[in-house]
Formats: sequence, structure tokens, C-alpha cells
Amino acid sequence: MSARVRAAAGAARLAGALSRLTGRGGGTTMPGHVLLRLAPAALPELAAGLGDGIALISATNGKTTTAAMLTAILEPDVPVCRNVSGANLLSGVAATLVHRSADARIGVLEVDEAALPAVGSAVGPRVIALGNLFRDQLDRHGELEMVADRWRAMVRELPPSTSLVLGADDPVVDALGDGRTAVVRYGLDDPTAGRDAPDAAADSTHCVRCGTAYAYRASYVGHLGDYACPNGDHARGRLDFAARDVRSEGTAGTAFRLDAPDGSHEVRLPVPGLYNVENALAAIATAHVLGVTPARAVARLAGFSAAFGRFERLSVDGREAVLVLFKNPTGANEALRAIQSDLAGSHVVLALNDRIADGRDVSWIWDIDVEGSLEGAVGVICAGSRAADLAVRLRYADVDPRLIDVRAAPEAAFDVAVAEQPPGGRVYVLATYTAMLDLHRALADRGLTRRFWEEAP
Amino acid sequence: MSLRIVPVYPELLSIYADRGNVRVLEQRARWRDINVAVSPLPLGADLDPAEADAILIGGGQDRDQALVAEALRQQVPALRSAIADGVPVLAVCGGYQLLGHAYRDQSGRMTPGTGLVDLETVAGPDRLIGNVLVEVEVEGRVERLVGFENHAGRTTLGPDVAPLGRVLAGAGNDAVSGAEGCRVGRVIGTYVHGPLLPKNPWLADLVLGWACEHRGLPVPLQPLDDRLEQVAAEAAARLALDERR
Ligand SMILES: [Zn+2]
Repeated sequence: MSARVRAAAGAARLAGALSRLTGRGGGTTMPGHVLLRLAPAALPELAAGLGDGIALISATNGKTTTAAMLTAILEPDVPVCRNVSGANLLSGVAATLVHRSADARIGVLEVDEAALPAVGSAVGPRVIALGNLFRDQLDRHGELEMVADRWRAMVRELPPSTSLVLGADDPVVDALGDGRTAVVRYGLDDPTAGRDAPDAAADSTHCVRCGTAYAYRASYVGHLGDYACPNGDHARGRLDFAARDVRSEGTAGTAFRLDAPDGSHEVRLPVPGLYNVENALAAIATAHVLGVTPARAVARLAGFSAAFGRFERLSVDGREAVLVLFKNPTGANEALRAIQSDLAGSHVVLALNDRIADGRDVSWIWDIDVEGSLEGAVGVICAGSRAADLAVRLRYADVDPRLIDVRAAPEAAFDVAVAEQPPGGRVYVLATYTAMLDLHRALADRGLTRRFWEEAP
Repeated sequence: MSLRIVPVYPELLSIYADRGNVRVLEQRARWRDINVAVSPLPLGADLDPAEADAILIGGGQDRDQALVAEALRQQVPALRSAIADGVPVLAVCGGYQLLGHAYRDQSGRMTPGTGLVDLETVAGPDRLIGNVLVEVEVEGRVERLVGFENHAGRTTLGPDVAPLGRVLAGAGNDAVSGAEGCRVGRVIGTYVHGPLLPKNPWLADLVLGWACEHRGLPVPLQPLDDRLEQVAAEAAARLALDERR
């Protein structure tokens, strides 16, 4: 490490420590800003310190969970350097590299979709796993097509040695592999687990080459599915890692058969929903590129527990609370589908904030398929800075107004829901990022869960 | 005999959850026991002016604007005849721009619009994004329109076209004139995007009332309990005013 980078890294670490001491949150990105300011060229040097290379993970939905799964697969053998989900821009990645422990040998970094090209060229990754692109926070990221164009430009500049792990179920992502050799594709392949056509919130349903609407053999999550252009110029690529014979076990998890290059494996995934099957496939395929056999990866995932706000379970006064983060219509639809079978008799808290990290524009709640999806719930409590917007959305979805309550603070909504449940009852919390963060902090103060940034490696 | 609501090209023109507007009109009709049917106009199909009581044109991605504009230009005679017959048109964001003569993007490329309203749009150097609050005079009352805007286009109205309202907070048509949207008879254009009707039930009922008149159903509409909507609108208005630069 050069003297300049060493000095800059030292200053950056100090800035992070001060930020934490003065109580300004987890100090997750401050050191990165200091580092980039003092030594702009430091990133490649810091990245090179990770002897086994860096895996970058990006997607609109699932990047945090995929990174957590990949870490769970790798960590027992190799010390992993991983960023927390709030630190997924260039500054956060820089901060993570500055703070990495001396023995870390491999980097698992989840990266914001818009920041991916900058991070990719700065750290020289060994493998990039790209999952999906959905409409998400248009006020911050611009249109989906703009992000897709940036990804295409980035892939064109990648050296041939960089491997790509691609979510083939997303047509835009699948097409990124064209003309490259080091490409691994994964996807769902069980039409009985899907639907016939994409739901109303679906985004990329038109051919990336000719613009004609794809014909879907099966549709899984939003526009993800088994698609083919009727003109024959683009269809889903051959799957190197496929999930077949998918069996839902409600909120307890999902079982499926993994068909991988080394044969078939029975997988029991302890987190629910088809999108978590997508995340597991991405993690297993990326681990394979990094030298871990699918058989070993599958064994490690059996003990996987959910990350912050991803079906995180807490016990509160003898009631169970299940925390689910939501941030866009597709994620919300999948979350609602996953909880549907266990919803009877439960309370649901919906918390919607409109800070920058949530997206200031809350229009997207009208793309959630709320209609019919809350049946069975005995109370629905809306919270957050846009609680009233949610309440209006529920009204137009014909949710019984007598079941709807509105509270400003997510914590207050949570307490009301818990108090109204009998012992042994259950409360589901669906909250946007900062609303979940607020609630999480409040619950951590009461000793009910760990602080978010205490999960940082 | 049902009231027919026609969302135009919803597969391409619903980027900001514009389907919320359809849902609101549908429900507010249903709650008043008015039979209602939503019949979307798919891309490539022809609009039958005799089969529409309200026409909704939403916003799309920039890259689809040329495709949509070309298709919509084919529908101009049908649209004109519907408008002349008293069918209301609510055009939002990209749809609003398409009401005009043309849209010029940042590279200078012109996309001709429908020319249904004398207005023109030129892409500006940056996007105008944020909460917005507009004062609207309608049928002798003063109403408040609240919502969110996100557009690069700057729209200029012709001399005989009135704006929909006056900007209290936000950018509106061009961030300088203080004008927001356009209103010509029963044709309304606005940058208050996506689902603007949920928080502005007065506008929903204005459009719905016109649609009912067109269908020969009794007006005025009976009032509904809109207390939730009012709370949401007040919260959004406060946010818009707090952000005012
Ligand atoms: Zn094609």
C-alpha cells in the first residue's frame, strides 16, 4: 500500500470513529468520503488487497439478501469483507474497504444500480452478479431504461476475464451476456409456481431487440419469467442454474430442486417467496464462479437467517412480529403474496415514509396489487410520513374502513397492533427503508433486536 | 348501460402508477351505484369515439414517447370527435405533452404531438422533481390540486389556452410562469403526475360528472365521505409548502 493511500485510509478510519462517537449514526459512509477526497485513486489499491477478488452484486430487488446469502456460503472457509446495505454507493464501498479486517480475503459488495458502473471500474471485480431491474424510485434513479443503458455500457468495457452471473428471467439482464464467454445464467423453471402473464406492475415486457411484446411460458416475479419474442430474436438464455419443482412452505420458507452443472440438489431455503429463490440461485451461481461447489453452497444455505427487515422474526410480549421491507410495487406484491397464507387473524402494519432513501414520490403504492391481498387480517394500521396516502390506497382497494387505523409513528402503530393481538398472535410489518430503520432502532432500544449497523462485518 | 372509461395505451402509459386514476374513477362511480366499465385502448387499436365517456392519457418512458406519439396521431380524428361531443380528456405528464403540437428533446429532435391543444414542449436542462401544490378555479370555486411532478419538459401555452391553475409550490409548466397544466373545455392537461385523482377527489368528480353528463346519467353526483383523502391532501400540501425554495 502506498504511503499516500495508507495515510488517507488512516484519516478515513479516524473520521468514521469520530462520526460514531458523536452519535451521528453508524459512520458507514463518512470514511469513504474522506478517503475519496484525500486519495481519489486509492480504491483499486485497497481492492487489490483482497487476494481472492471481489464479487459485486447489483439488482433493484434482492441485492442485500443475495450478498448475505453469498457471505453465508463463503464465510466458513474464507474471511469475507462485506458492506452494509446503506453503504452501497462509491463512498460506502470505499468506507467498507478502508475498514476491512486484515485477514479478509474476498469482497462481497452489494452496489446501488446507478452506482454500479463507477464502482465496477474502480475495484476491478472478479465477478459481477446482476439480478434484475425494476421500476424503483424514479425520482432518484431516473427511468429504468437509463440504468439499463449504463449497465450495457459498463459490460462493454469489462475485461473478458470478469465473469458475469446473470438473472436470465429478466430479459434486460439476460441480454447483457450476449457475445461474452464468462457468463453464468440462473433462473426459475417451474411454470406451476408462476402465473400465465406478468402482473400490472411489470416493467420490461417488450423485446430488447424489436420492441414486440414477449410471449411468456411462465411469469414469476413482475416481468421476470420464461419469455420469448414471437419474432424469434430474443428468448431466455439456457439456464446453468435452474430452480425446478418449487414447493412453497408459507412464511417458513421454500423448497426446490436445484439443477446445477454438478448435478441435482434438494434445497430447503428458510426464507419465503419466489424472489428469495432467485436470490439463492444468484448466490449459489456466484459462489460457484468463486470456486465453491453447489453441493456445499446448498448445505450452507439451509442455516441461512433473514437479513434486516427481510422476514425478520421477533418475539414481543408473547406475540410474533414479522418485519418485511418494501420499496417498490414488485417487492410489495411478492411480500403480500408470501404472507397471504398465514394472514388470518393477524394485524398488518404498513409504514410509508417519503424521505430520499425511500423515494420522495409515493405514486408507486398505486401499482401494488392491494385488492384482495389483505383478506383475513383483523386490522391494518397505516404509519409513516405518508400514512394517509396508504389509507386512501386501502380505501380504493375495498378494505373494510373499520379495519383501517392511521398513526404517525411506525413504533406507535406497531404497539397498537401488538396490543390488539392475543398471546400467540402475529403482527406483520411492511415498511419502507427509513420507516423500518426508525422502527428497528426503537425496538433495538427495548432490547428486542440488534442494532442495524451492529450487523456490519 | 355502463359508463365507459378509456385509459389510452396503459401498457406504455402508466409509468407513475397512472392506473391509480382509473381505479379512483371506477370506484367513485361504483360507490354511487353507477355501472362502470374500464375498456383500455391497446396500442395499435382504433379509438371508437362513440364508446368512450372519459379518456385518460398517462405518462410513459421518454424512449416510448415517439412510438406513442405516432400511434396517438392516428387517433386525432376520433379524439376530436369525442371532445366535440363533450367527452372529458385527462392527460397527465407525458400525455399532457402529447396534447400539444410537438415535443423537442435535449438533442433538438422534434416529436410531433396530436395538436389537440395549442401548446408546445421543449426539454429543459434538468428534471423538475418534487411535491407540487396548485390553486385551481373551477366552476366558481377555488380548489387545491396536490401531487408530485417529475418532468424535463417545459411547456408553453398558446395565447388562447388557459392554464389549469396557478402554482403555489413546485415548478408547474415551466418553473417560471407560475402556470400549471392546461384547460380547454373538458380537456385537462397537467404535470401533477401518476395517481393525482386519489388525493384530489374534487378533480375526480369533475371528470366523472362530465362523463356522466355525456352518458346522459343524472348529475350532480351525490357526495362521498372524502375525509381520508382530505387528510392525505393536507399532508401532501404541507410537504410541498415546506419544500418551497
Ligand atoms: Zn424481438
